[in-house]
Amino acid sequence: MKYSWWSYGTQMAILLVLLGVAHRPLGMYLHWVVEGAVLEGKAGEGTRQNRVERVLFRMAGVSPEREQNWLGYARGVLAFSILSVLVVFLAMRLQALFSTEGLGAVDPWTAMNTAISFVTNTNWQVYTPETTVGIAVQMVLLAVQNFLSAAVGICVAVAFMRGLTRAGTDRLGNFWKDLVRISLRFLLPLAAVSAVLLIVAGVVQNFWATPVHNPYTGAAQVVPGGPVASQEAIKLLGTNGGGYFNANSAHPLENPNSFTNLFEVFLLLVIPSVLPWVFGRMARDARQGYTVLGVMGSLWLLTSTAMAWALAAYPGLGEGMEQRLGPAASGVFATATTLTSTGAVNAAHDSLPPLAGGVALFDMMLGEVAPGGVGSGLYGILVLAIVTVFLAGLMVGRTPEYLGKKVQAKHMTLTALYLLVVPIVVLVLTGIAVMIPGVLSQASAQGPHQFSEMLYAFTSAANNNGSAFGGITSSGPALSTMLGIAMWLGRFVGIVLILALAGAFVTQAVVPKSAGTLPTHGGLFAIMFGTVTVLLTALNYLPALALGPLAEGILK
Amino acid sequence: MKTATPAVQTPTPRVEEFSGHAYKRRSSWDRKTLLGALPLALKKFAPRAMLHSPVMFTVLVGTIVSLLVCVGQFLTNSPQLVFSIAVTVWLALTVLFGNYSEALAEGRGKAQADSLRASRQGLTARRLSSATGLSGSEESLVAASELHQGDLVVCEAGDVIPSDGEIVEGLAMVDESAITGESAPVVRESGGDRSAVTGGTTVLSDRIVVRITAEPGSTFLDRMIALVEGAERQRTPNEIALHVLLVALTITFLVVTVALVPFSQLAGAVPSPIVLVALLVCLIPTTIGALVPAIGIAGMDRLVQHNVLATSGRAVETAGDITTLMMDKTGTITYGNRRAVEFVPAPGVDRADLVDAARLSSLADETPEGRSIVELAEEQGASPEQGQPTLEDLSAGSDPAEAVEFSAATRMSGLDHGGVKVRKGASSAVGAWAEEAGAALPPAVSATVEELSRRGSTPLVVARAGALGGVSVLGTVELADVVKPGIADRFAALRGMGIRTVMITGDNPLTAAAIAAQAGVDDYLAEATPEDKLARIHSEQAEGRLVAMTGDGTNDAPALAAADVGVAMNSGTQAAKEAANMVDLDSDPTKLLDIVAIGKQLLITRGSLTTFSVANDVAKYFAIIPALFAAVYPGLGLLNVMGLHSPESAILSAVIFNALVIVALVPLALKGVKYRAVSAQNALRRNLLWFGVGGLIAPFIGIKLIDLLVAVLPGIS
Repeated sequence: MKYSWWSYGTQMAILLVLLGVAHRPLGMYLHWVVEGAVLEGKAGEGTRQNRVERVLFRMAGVSPEREQNWLGYARGVLAFSILSVLVVFLAMRLQALFSTEGLGAVDPWTAMNTAISFVTNTNWQVYTPETTVGIAVQMVLLAVQNFLSAAVGICVAVAFMRGLTRAGTDRLGNFWKDLVRISLRFLLPLAAVSAVLLIVAGVVQNFWATPVHNPYTGAAQVVPGGPVASQEAIKLLGTNGGGYFNANSAHPLENPNSFTNLFEVFLLLVIPSVLPWVFGRMARDARQGYTVLGVMGSLWLLTSTAMAWALAAYPGLGEGMEQRLGPAASGVFATATTLTSTGAVNAAHDSLPPLAGGVALFDMMLGEVAPGGVGSGLYGILVLAIVTVFLAGLMVGRTPEYLGKKVQAKHMTLTALYLLVVPIVVLVLTGIAVMIPGVLSQASAQGPHQFSEMLYAFTSAANNNGSAFGGITSSGPALSTMLGIAMWLGRFVGIVLILALAGAFVTQAVVPKSAGTLPTHGGLFAIMFGTVTVLLTALNYLPALALGPLAEGILK
Repeated sequence: MKTATPAVQTPTPRVEEFSGHAYKRRSSWDRKTLLGALPLALKKFAPRAMLHSPVMFTVLVGTIVSLLVCVGQFLTNSPQLVFSIAVTVWLALTVLFGNYSEALAEGRGKAQADSLRASRQGLTARRLSSATGLSGSEESLVAASELHQGDLVVCEAGDVIPSDGEIVEGLAMVDESAITGESAPVVRESGGDRSAVTGGTTVLSDRIVVRITAEPGSTFLDRMIALVEGAERQRTPNEIALHVLLVALTITFLVVTVALVPFSQLAGAVPSPIVLVALLVCLIPTTIGALVPAIGIAGMDRLVQHNVLATSGRAVETAGDITTLMMDKTGTITYGNRRAVEFVPAPGVDRADLVDAARLSSLADETPEGRSIVELAEEQGASPEQGQPTLEDLSAGSDPAEAVEFSAATRMSGLDHGGVKVRKGASSAVGAWAEEAGAALPPAVSATVEELSRRGSTPLVVARAGALGGVSVLGTVELADVVKPGIADRFAALRGMGIRTVMITGDNPLTAAAIAAQAGVDDYLAEATPEDKLARIHSEQAEGRLVAMTGDGTNDAPALAAADVGVAMNSGTQAAKEAANMVDLDSDPTKLLDIVAIGKQLLITRGSLTTFSVANDVAKYFAIIPALFAAVYPGLGLLNVMGLHSPESAILSAVIFNALVIVALVPLALKGVKYRAVSAQNALRRNLLWFGVGGLIAPFIGIKLIDLLVAVLPGIS
């Protein structure tokens, strides 16, 4: 297959325009949803609850106006998430009781892995959806988790932004209120509109399989169906990535044509790239948001181009590529999906040329920050901004400060721990996995590619991406559990540290700006910021990458 | 009784510093200091001493591990032995270099501490037996170390003052060179703001009675010794934050290195323990980890060299963060005494006439104001060169001039010569004199006087009584506070660094505003009482600013204590010195500018070397990864962009570079990265270019060069 740079350029240009047009109105809307009262002279207007919300709060016994400190907020996130895991797990175990398709109970290890996977916004799929879960589980459990895990991510990001931009309080907002408002007022309407557009473009939305006769051979065939478009919309919008079908976005009913393909890439990029604008709004300095967005965007452009190069330079390109839409579409999709913690795929990542697979791995290793998962991308990159501020601040001779908040020992401790968690989880668990022959053999390839498959699995799980090198069989107690641990630690240790960091910042007074203050916007800072991000990733993972994709890819 | 010890510091060249002041700077590179630090560096190998730096402790553990491997290889006669020994030696050197930099920084202070201690040894005191009666009580000779707060001691010419205290009786010339290095003696007297004396200084004349204010062990000298020795060194908040980052990086790289074992097992090429240790040591931030203590100590030392004593390293760091400087007008912004700036003749009086008369009236006046009038008059043409008489001319001859000194009764001064009386004084005094002679102050002169007063200047009216009697009022001399030259530029530089300046003055708001505008301060506090100062500090702090202020009086003490950085003048009272967290031995209020610069320099040095250290890792990966795996995956040889000779030489070169770079950066750590008063943006651009980009590139060159040398070693290639 020939790689078309022209196609690549066109797709990227269209995406840039679409994202550019969308981010401001959506950002304003999201800001109103989480902060209320942005319309001048209508203070308090936005915070009024509608009937549904009132009923929900009353049922849950929550007083939404009482704000929580970081510990309260974190307790809310954890309690809600643990409960979600239990519900999904039990329902999958009890599927036989309610399945209309006659599907039985899901294997306990698979159910455990899947429950964690969907609650952590990873959507790693051990199971084959067509044969394992029915419409009920897909719609009532998994799709709902797609909304809720995404909303939790945005909640934490919003709480963190409040921590950086509020002063003289220890309150970060009310988790339950944020969760409900983000789910009902932001994600739900957005997903509904997107689903309609997908249906119009040809994505299937029904509740039955359709028996057809092949017009040429006359053979009888059943085309599977289901509420695909409605799942698809939130799968991408919420950077979840769990496909309705096993083939995910490579399945023609999930992703029928080049329009839906590009639209799906747009959907998975849009919320993560809206959040920096919200950040700028909350910081009352739009430049702060645009600097973050600029770093995210530059990393996206750089890695997309690296991916394009790796594909174009590979002789014999073809295997595993999106055959209908061409390798350029596969490359754009693969970069976007690995950079955003989505993990939906329209190509077989396992079959990507080694260096292209390496780029996909590196994208995830960046920590899902460019633009990253919904919410997690923003707080992830802000942590890197704090590290940059710390180094840059020292270099100009001031105690470093970000948005007027001093970065002191306790902040650096939490920041450093946050940055340690995922690499340690990835490296330690990958190390353990390759040492256990029974587990190692679940990666089907040989040589460095076998290592790549294992490394990819744990990188994907710990970063809550969910895509896989498909050659790995991740079912079975050992690997399901290890991946479950990776997903859980990668998501929730990070979230607790982020909220603690927000709590450490929020009580601090704001130092007024002066000429001696290091500006945290503009080109120079952005370049350093981007360099720190890439450098930290490279330092953590270069030896592992060398033994996997690099060893495979650079042949002499 | 021991007599005065000569000044501690030897005369050394003076260096222009940021504030434009010249300071003594000792060279840190004499052989004695360099060699003297070696034993201390070896002593620091003790694991307990190493624990305070986890980065270097990791290197030490790594060294021990590779030492054990060497022993094993020796016993089994391994061909790898030469390589292993070379790596081990360089790992040990890495630790040594780190310890040496710290020892060197400490050593500089130690020499000074030793001579300070010597100045105190065997000091005795003449204690008065009764604390109440100053006269008539009995003296007894006791050791200085037995003096306690409230004791009274007598010191006479030649005595060394045994401890810190306040003069309760008498006045004396005191040589404070042992503490300040300044050889000119100063006057200390009871009462007022100049009553404090410091233990270790020498009375040159007269007799004073001193009430001791410090307990043994907590005197100024003790504090100074502790400070320069670094004995009381505790980590500053910023150092702790940096430390956290360094520990995190160390843990990350430990995991990266250990994970390499199972990873490479899959490839069938597990690196030897020596190589893994080498990789780990190269990756962890040893450069900054080794130099952090030296940077901190050197920062304190730099302050001491500027004759400023800080109570803690924390205060030095805070100084770098200062956003508001509160400064007394007098002495800092202005010269402190008023100078003539303009002559305003009365209507109908020739300007030259006024200038002449004003000069004559001041010829015998030795006050700074009087001299400034003479200077200004001579500038304006009434000089002896222009035919005007000098005081000698007038005093010679048959009718010598008679000087009339200022007296409280007349409130005028002037000169009588040849029957002509010239007088200058406050308008009311001169007016009264004129009225006596039947004249009066012309309304225009009164108007000028009012106008000048309103502007904040001091008007002096000049009048002359002729030989025949009758007084004519000639005009007014304007005396004004003169702002020091260049001060406005300095404040502009501070503004560029983001520091606001607030002038504190007892003047009325009008005067204050005029001077504030001239000096270019951002704000002023007029008619300031101590309460006002304190309130101002609190309000600045409430807005999130960090405030530095200088002061010397007892009434400044609360404000000094409240300020984030309070700098007391050594000439000031004991109360002020105790409240402040720094004491300026030169009693120079503009020193604050240097203190801020030193604080910033400290942070910049730390940040720059951290960036450098981390950026170095890229090149090290490019050296070591192909060395480890190119044998099994030949494609990875492509990463050997430096074209290093062999895997062994590549690894050894990286380790050697890693060790040598510490030595190479010791001078920078001790001297500090050059600080310029530029905006944060420019400072970042500059330092990022030097230490970020430089840190990326330098090791590629360094490792390649070392590799060229190492490659010829037998047993390596």
